[in-house]
Parts: sequence; structure tokens; C-alpha cells
Amino acid sequence: MTDHAGVNRGRRTLVIASACAGSAAAVAGAVPFAASMLPSDRAKALGAPVEADVSQLAPGEKMTVEWRGQPVWIVHRTPEMLEGVKKDDAKVADPKSERKRDELTPEYARNEYRSIKPEYLVVVGICTHLGCSPQDRLKAGPEPFASDWEGGFYCPCHGSLFDLAGRVYKNKPAPDNLKVPPHTFLSESKILIGEEKKGA
Amino acid sequence: MAATEKRPVTEAGPFNGLLTWIDQRFPLMESWRSHLSEYHAPKNFNFWYYFGSLALFVLVLQIVTGIFLTMNYKPDAAQAFASVEYIMREVPAGWWIRYLHSTGASFFFICVYLHMFRGLLYGSYRKPRELVWIFGMLIFLCLMAEAFFGYLLPWGQMSYWGAQVIVNLFGAIPLIGPDLAIWIRGDYVVSDATLNRFFAFHVIAVPLALLALVGAHILALHEVGSNNPDGCEIKKATDPHTGIPLDSVPFHPYYTVKDTFGVTVFLIVFSIVVFFVPEGGGYFLEANNFIAADPLKTPLHIAPVWYFTPYYSILRATTDEFVLWVLTPGVIAFAGLIIWSVKNTVLRAAVAAVAIVLLVGFFTLDAKVWGVVLMGVSVMIFFLLPWLDRCPVKSIRYKGPITKAAIAVFVVAFFVLGYLGTLAVTSGRTVAAQVGTAVYFMFFFLMPWWSKMDKCKPEPHRVTGK
Repeated sequence: MTDHAGVNRGRRTLVIASACAGSAAAVAGAVPFAASMLPSDRAKALGAPVEADVSQLAPGEKMTVEWRGQPVWIVHRTPEMLEGVKKDDAKVADPKSERKRDELTPEYARNEYRSIKPEYLVVVGICTHLGCSPQDRLKAGPEPFASDWEGGFYCPCHGSLFDLAGRVYKNKPAPDNLKVPPHTFLSESKILIGEEKKGA
Repeated sequence: MAATEKRPVTEAGPFNGLLTWIDQRFPLMESWRSHLSEYHAPKNFNFWYYFGSLALFVLVLQIVTGIFLTMNYKPDAAQAFASVEYIMREVPAGWWIRYLHSTGASFFFICVYLHMFRGLLYGSYRKPRELVWIFGMLIFLCLMAEAFFGYLLPWGQMSYWGAQVIVNLFGAIPLIGPDLAIWIRGDYVVSDATLNRFFAFHVIAVPLALLALVGAHILALHEVGSNNPDGCEIKKATDPHTGIPLDSVPFHPYYTVKDTFGVTVFLIVFSIVVFFVPEGGGYFLEANNFIAADPLKTPLHIAPVWYFTPYYSILRATTDEFVLWVLTPGVIAFAGLIIWSVKNTVLRAAVAAVAIVLLVGFFTLDAKVWGVVLMGVSVMIFFLLPWLDRCPVKSIRYKGPITKAAIAVFVVAFFVLGYLGTLAVTSGRTVAAQVGTAVYFMFFFLMPWWSKMDKCKPEPHRVTGK
């Protein structure tokens, strides 16, 4: 089994085979370590739906509830605000919310105002760029970042703008509209966030 | 050499017996000689050569202060912020140890940036020191990771939202991105799980890697020998009897004394900051970080610590328009330039293929993805420096006007990007950052051409002693 160069080929084959087997075992052993970094069962369980009472929310105001550790905004839009949303159609990148529909806009929110009831906007207040929470600029009027502002949200991190339907402005770092979370109205003034209407 | 044949270490004195006993069992004197008393370093080291040893000093300082901070710090989202305040107000000398650590982080980067700039000035990355440079770059990457993980620990607003933004960068990677970001965080948002694991990385995983890499960096350096401000190889002119380079001095005591002086001056400057301006005017410790993390509210103005701002500026500068009007023509022109310059058909085809893939990507993926890619490239490109520089000489002293101008313009771009990265965005600043980004990348990507065109003076055979 030994050739001219003094190499024992049989032994070399064994060395290669055992090195391969050892590497496979090392990779398999690394899997549980990598898996331990995934969200734990407790973290997953904290994703339960939350209820929001909007009976005290005056027209033109916004409230924030926490769902899965993220801020969810509920804006009670006035008729003027809804008028502003219509005017923004030309300024936003995706006016009809067609991009990544299944991820960002549930079926019942695929309309002009991105909501079940036009007056109540429910969106996750996390910028689709890099996860900052944009700030309220709810009132219409000139702003440093836009002279004809119809009201909406301004992200301080990288300057993305969103209108009062959570739609992103054109040519801003954020690629997509704000996410509309799964939600449903339990009654006139109670919204359940995190769960859709059964059978809907 | 068999253990018993080794000669006595000091020949006489009270420790001769003990040292000889150790030396017969451990390469004590051999290591001392090869790395210190008989490591022959060029005799013309100047001011710029302080920063390597200073970086090592700060590393030790960070490890020591870090050990004492962990004695009182709690890596728990509910307690972290309060435990840092506890260290600051109630632990004896806790404020001093904490400020040493937080100021030390910024000074670590100051030393490392100046150390890298020295390499750029004198061509210390050139053959045969490519691996010294690569180990150094790996140290730089570890240092960035270490700083990033450490910045989450005080659990202030800037800690929280900084981590949120950086982890979400990984979310921009097509296909695997969102799952990768969840895996890094261990939750759907930055949370207690994230804080706990960042603590583990910050206090044990990254420091171990850092120490190993510093060892490799120094071993590689001592294998090939130090470069010097003239860029000539001192090993070419040696004493015929001893083989020692004529233009060298033993590292110990010459440079150990010089570096001790450097550490003294450093400690004076460092102490002034630690005792009088520990927040560094908001650059070392940001005002928003004195507010506890609030996952529902992003601070008005969010910016990373100063040492990350040049790369952050590049990230922000990459908008749809930048991809369309700068990146797209840039890639076409660069691919054309390479194809025109090289004769190898396979290489030409490969360049064309890469360019086409990139162009397709520019029109299909979001600008956000390319921002992340450019930010990554802006750091990783330093690894290629040994092969991008085609000057016949190493040191800036003998390089021509093109190199001098290019380095000056690059330094200006780096500072401008760094400054813009600390500010909120406006349309004018975005344009400035886009110009800076273009200049930054042109410095590296066009280096093989401009460095070759440059009119260099001949390198001296011996160091000039200036």
C-alpha cells in the first residue's frame, strides 16, 4: 500500500475520511448553539394580540399601543385629514399599496385609506427603512422637509416621510409603506390588534 | 536544544537560579530576545509610530476597566440602565472606572485610525507585510463589533435605537435578511434577549478573538520586520559579522522607552478628557443615552458614535437617485476601464458578468440594500489596499503629487462624511454626503491606475534619519 513517494495511500484515505466525518460532527454540533439564539418560546408567546379602546381618542389625535414590543399607532383621522390622504396620491411611492401586499397590507385594508373604517388608521409605527419610530407631524402646513405638507409622519433617522395612510413618499430611503398589522373591530370603539376576524 | 544545555540566564544575581530553572522548561529568554531585546526595529521611527503601542495600551485599559464594570453591571433590560447609574453614583470610584471605559472606547478608535493612517502614509501594507495589514483589518472589524455590542449595554435611548438600526441593516439582505435579523436579536424587536447576548459577545467572545488577532498581528510583524518612514527594507544592509540591520536599534530599550513617553503624554490628554469632558461634547457619550431605552419612542435625532459616522453617512447617501445617477454609470465606467486595461479574456468576461449582475440588481432591489452593500464595501475595501497600490515605492516621502493629492482628498472626504453622519439629514447634506461617498470609493477603486501613473522619486537604499 506504499508508493514511491513513501505515502501510505490507504492510511491517507482513512485520514481524509475521518477528517470529513469529524467536520460533519462539528457542524452538526454547532446547530444547537445557533438554534439557541432564535426567539425563545416565551418571546414567541409574547406575540399575543392586544386590545385597544379608542372611545377616548379625539378626532385628529393619535394613540400608541404596544404589540410584540412594537409601537402600533391608531390615528383618528378627521375628514380634512382624509382629504389630505387623497391629495398625497401623486407624492407617495406606492399609492395603491401594491408592493408586498401579503406582508404589509391585509386584504381589508387594501383601499384608499388603508383601513377598515376610513377614520381609524392602524399601522405599526416602525419605519420600513431601518426600524426607527417616525414622529408625528399630523397637522397640515409647511414643514422644513416639505413645503406642501398634508400631515403625516417624519422619520428622524434618515428622513423618510409617510402620509396619514402610512404611505411612504417617493425617493426616500424607506422602500415600503408602514405595515398595517392584522386587526379587527370587536365593537364600535374596541380594536383587537394581532388577530384578524375569524372566517374573514 | 536540550533543556539542560541552556546557559544560565543572568550568570549571577539573586534571580539567576529561578530564571534559569524556568528557561530550561519554557522559552523565556528566547521570547524576550526575539520580540524585545533583539527585535531589530528601524532607527527612524517618528511620531506616527506611537499609535500601535498606544492602541495596545488602551486595549489593556479597556479589559481591566471592563472586568471591574461587570462586577456591578446587570445585563437585564429591566435593570441595565439603573445598574449603570448605580455604578456612576454609588459604587466607590465607579464613575471613574465607567468614564475610563467609555472614553477609552473613543480613544481606542482615535489610536487605531491614526495607526491605520500611518500605514497608508508609509505603505506599511505593501509586500511583504500584507498579512500584518490583514490581521490589523480583522482587529479593526472586531473592534467595531466590540464597540457596537458594548454601546447597547447602558440601555439608553441611543443604545436601543442604534442597535435597532444596525441589526435591521442585516434585514435588508434579500431572502434571508428578516430571519437573520430575528436570529441576531433573538426576538422580534431589540429586547432583553438581545441585551443578554450582546453582553456575552462584548465581554467574552469578541475580546478573545481580539486578543488572538493582536497576537497574530505582532507575530506576523516580527516575522517580516517593521516598515519605516522611508519605506526601504532595512534588512538589505546588514552588518557582515552579526547579520543585524545597520539602520536598526533593539526594540528594548530604545522603543520601549520611547513608547513609555508616548503613554505618559497620552495619559495626560486622556485624563483631561476623563476628568473634565467625559462626554466629549456629546461625541463620546450622546445626550440621549442618559434617557432609559423606550421601545415605543425614537429619539428626535439619532446618530451613531463618531467613529461609525463616515460609514453611516455612506449608508444614508445611497438613495434611489444615487443608485440611478451615480452607481449605475459608475459600475459601467469601471467595468469598461478594467476591460480596457487587462488583456486576459477570462478576467474580462468575469468583470463583464459581475457588472451585469450588479446592474440588474440596481434596477430590481431597493436602494436600501445597496446602501448596506456600499457601507460594507467601504470598510472591507481596506483589506485590498496591498494589491490596489501599484506605486514602485512604499512611502509618501518618495511618492509623487498624484498620491499626495489623492490621500489629501480622501482624508477630507472621510472627515466630511464623518461630520455629516453626526447631523440630521437635509437635502443639501445628502448631496454633500453623496459627493463624499463618490470620492471615497474613487480613491480605492481607481488606485491601481492613479498609483501607477504617479511620478515617484527613487527610494533610498538606507534610511535617511529624518
